[in-house]
Amino acid sequence: MAKVLLKGCEAIGEAAVRAGALRYFAYPITPQSEVAEYLVRRMPEVGGVFLQAESEVAASNMIFGAASTGERVFTTSSSPGISLMSEALSYIAAAELPCVFVNVVRNGPGLGGILPSQGDYLQATRGGGHGDYKLLVLAPSTVQETVEHIMLAFELADQYRNPIMVMADGLIGQMMEPVDFSAAPKPNPPDKSSWATTGAKGRKPHLIKTLFLSPQLGEEHNRKLAAKYDKMRANEVRYEAYNLDEPRKVVMVAFGTTARVCKTAVDALKKEGIEIGLFRPITLFPYPYKPLRDIAERNEMRHLLVVEMNMGQMIEDVRLATSDRKPITFYGRQGGIVPSPEEVVEEIRKLL
Amino acid sequence: MACKIIFDRPESMTETITHYCPGCTHGVIHRLVAEILDELGLRERAVGVAPVGCSVLAYNYFNCDFLEAAHGRAPAFATGLKRTRPDLIIFTYQGDGDLASIGIAEIIHAANRGEKFTTIFVNNAIYGMTGGQMAPTTLPGQVTTTSPFGRDVANVGYPMRMRELLSALRTPAYIARVAVHTPRHIIEAKKAVRKAFTYQNEGRCFSMVEFLSTCPTNWGMTPVEATQWVQDNMVPYFPLGELKTPEEEQDAD
Amino acid sequence: MQIEVKFAGFGGQGIMSAGKFLAEAGLEEGKEVVWIPSYGPEMRGGTAYCTVVVSEQPIGSPIINNPTHLVVMNRPSLEKFAPTIQPNGIIIINSSLIPITSERTDVTEILIPCNQIAIELNNTRGANMVALGAYVACSKVVSLEVLEKIIRQEFAKKPKFIEGNVAALKRGAEVASQEMEKAK
Repeated sequence: MAKVLLKGCEAIGEAAVRAGALRYFAYPITPQSEVAEYLVRRMPEVGGVFLQAESEVAASNMIFGAASTGERVFTTSSSPGISLMSEALSYIAAAELPCVFVNVVRNGPGLGGILPSQGDYLQATRGGGHGDYKLLVLAPSTVQETVEHIMLAFELADQYRNPIMVMADGLIGQMMEPVDFSAAPKPNPPDKSSWATTGAKGRKPHLIKTLFLSPQLGEEHNRKLAAKYDKMRANEVRYEAYNLDEPRKVVMVAFGTTARVCKTAVDALKKEGIEIGLFRPITLFPYPYKPLRDIAERNEMRHLLVVEMNMGQMIEDVRLATSDRKPITFYGRQGGIVPSPEEVVEEIRKLL
Repeated sequence: MACKIIFDRPESMTETITHYCPGCTHGVIHRLVAEILDELGLRERAVGVAPVGCSVLAYNYFNCDFLEAAHGRAPAFATGLKRTRPDLIIFTYQGDGDLASIGIAEIIHAANRGEKFTTIFVNNAIYGMTGGQMAPTTLPGQVTTTSPFGRDVANVGYPMRMRELLSALRTPAYIARVAVHTPRHIIEAKKAVRKAFTYQNEGRCFSMVEFLSTCPTNWGMTPVEATQWVQDNMVPYFPLGELKTPEEEQDAD
Repeated sequence: MQIEVKFAGFGGQGIMSAGKFLAEAGLEEGKEVVWIPSYGPEMRGGTAYCTVVVSEQPIGSPIINNPTHLVVMNRPSLEKFAPTIQPNGIIIINSSLIPITSERTDVTEILIPCNQIAIELNNTRGANMVALGAYVACSKVVSLEVLEKIIRQEFAKKPKFIEGNVAALKRGAEVASQEMEKAK
């Protein structure tokens, strides 16, 4: 199939449909309401369900209920909405139900604004909701990659029985880029009949719950979840090393849209004969600690530059990865301002 | 002489002994729901949604698929379930804190959308599990741990009548209030539960049956005193009966 | 070679769709494209702009502070964005609504009375297509034929708008070509 020009939000909706996720419950919030506007027309064509909930709280709990049937379900929202959904995320993770949440991040805190940001990094990777749970977090940097991540997210959700978050930003949600669906894998959902609550016909009742009043059982459940997160850490780390085939004096670390900006900065400096590396985490949890450590520990590596659309969040993971053995400089923009390649080049020059 | 079984545990209930306090009517209400699931042949398609509150453990007593929602979110949860699998019979089982306080948005919107599930609403005018705090349905002057001088309506407003509130919505629904403090009331209550599940099974409308229930422990009464208190204090403020049926609504249009 | 063009004007002037058609045409020609909008309250009647990047290579940063080209439909947009255009760039000015010029000497500046031309064509809402045609004629970033094909596709569900918009596109291109000749 030929490439089609799609707005990020529309691509998110279409990718989910093609992944076999035919149940969508959501509440409008800028800059991602176009997902709902797309799916309200698309779902009837494929026999799916679209419902505009009364709030993000309700939408996320509809996902909780729908996911218990074993069907592929998802919702989309943006930062303030994700805060409201954090309750359900904690429950769904505890209940071990597969589903996908997409956060088209806007700037905060509070009402903030509707422009792009990466200010939800810590919320996505450290929790947001209560308790010891983890989301597997994918951070695409183009509309095409967003499509691939959405499709991958449903496979991972089923595989791990865990909510997966695709963390885009307002720019990815709003811009249009060519999208190619032809390489999309066929949806491959596993058999879920051993746990799905679909009526106890001819079997013992299934129970999906998160309450463990016994401390022993509560701890056991937490250990089980922790083992699952360890498995993600072992098997699901994804990253891109750009212009890092050889050791570089300065290596940038950036994800999502910001990484894309940094790539342009790398290319611009290359034209001047200056070689800079870029390390782009694709999974924010599990974070690619080891690959980043390996790069940072090369003798030639003098300085790390972390670039984010926030006031310094992923830098905490960069510090964890490198144990502060090499100097780290941070460059961040907020308020919806996307750093330009020129700004990033200037920051690099200061380090050379 | 051959013996004939005239009373038995419904198939829709497990053998587990409930954790409810003596004189609490959750057990009676559980049983009514289970009997109706049996009688209408719905057990194998039934999925219950437990609330947060004393009845969070309801799943231990029902012999059907069950889930546990977040506090107040059972109607949203049930919406997701029912819309995903319209062939299933879904019921939420919610207390007054769950449904009328923290989850009031979810119940109103689910009812207004005409979600085709059944809500069993258990109103005992107090928070049971957390230890006797004031509920949205606590009666004027009623003493609780957070209204130690009696509910002051000038300060916190009047108790909410959920049956009346939801009946104000135009979307067709079945909405009734029943009680279970006497055998006569239990018989009436069962009729309402039967109607509610029948409407759902026919795919007709949202249905809610509000039960006036007891909480002897937190009311500080004996079970007998508690049932009398329901009659003397709750029934006058929370009148019994159907307030909305789908037939009436159609006639009104 | 990478071309970055900013379309700017009032909300309601068809700025976003002009940019989208250009991006579609670039894609049709097998190029890499990105369409980046300004979004939010700005779209509701205030200044609106979008940036389209057309490139032979995969596109890096979608954030373009200094585009190569500019198409402006109202005066505030000219005042705001003209200084940001790269030297040797192109600026298309809707002279029907903009009584001034950029006063830049290092760019090619073409004045097109877009609204007036649209009115002459009896298509008052077609000023954006006039501007788009003019821009493509000047920049040659995509071929006019492919752009026409895209417009026919985009309006397939509203066929009564097709011929008017195609006419506006072509007239814009014609007028711009004449202006280019004069400029030489």
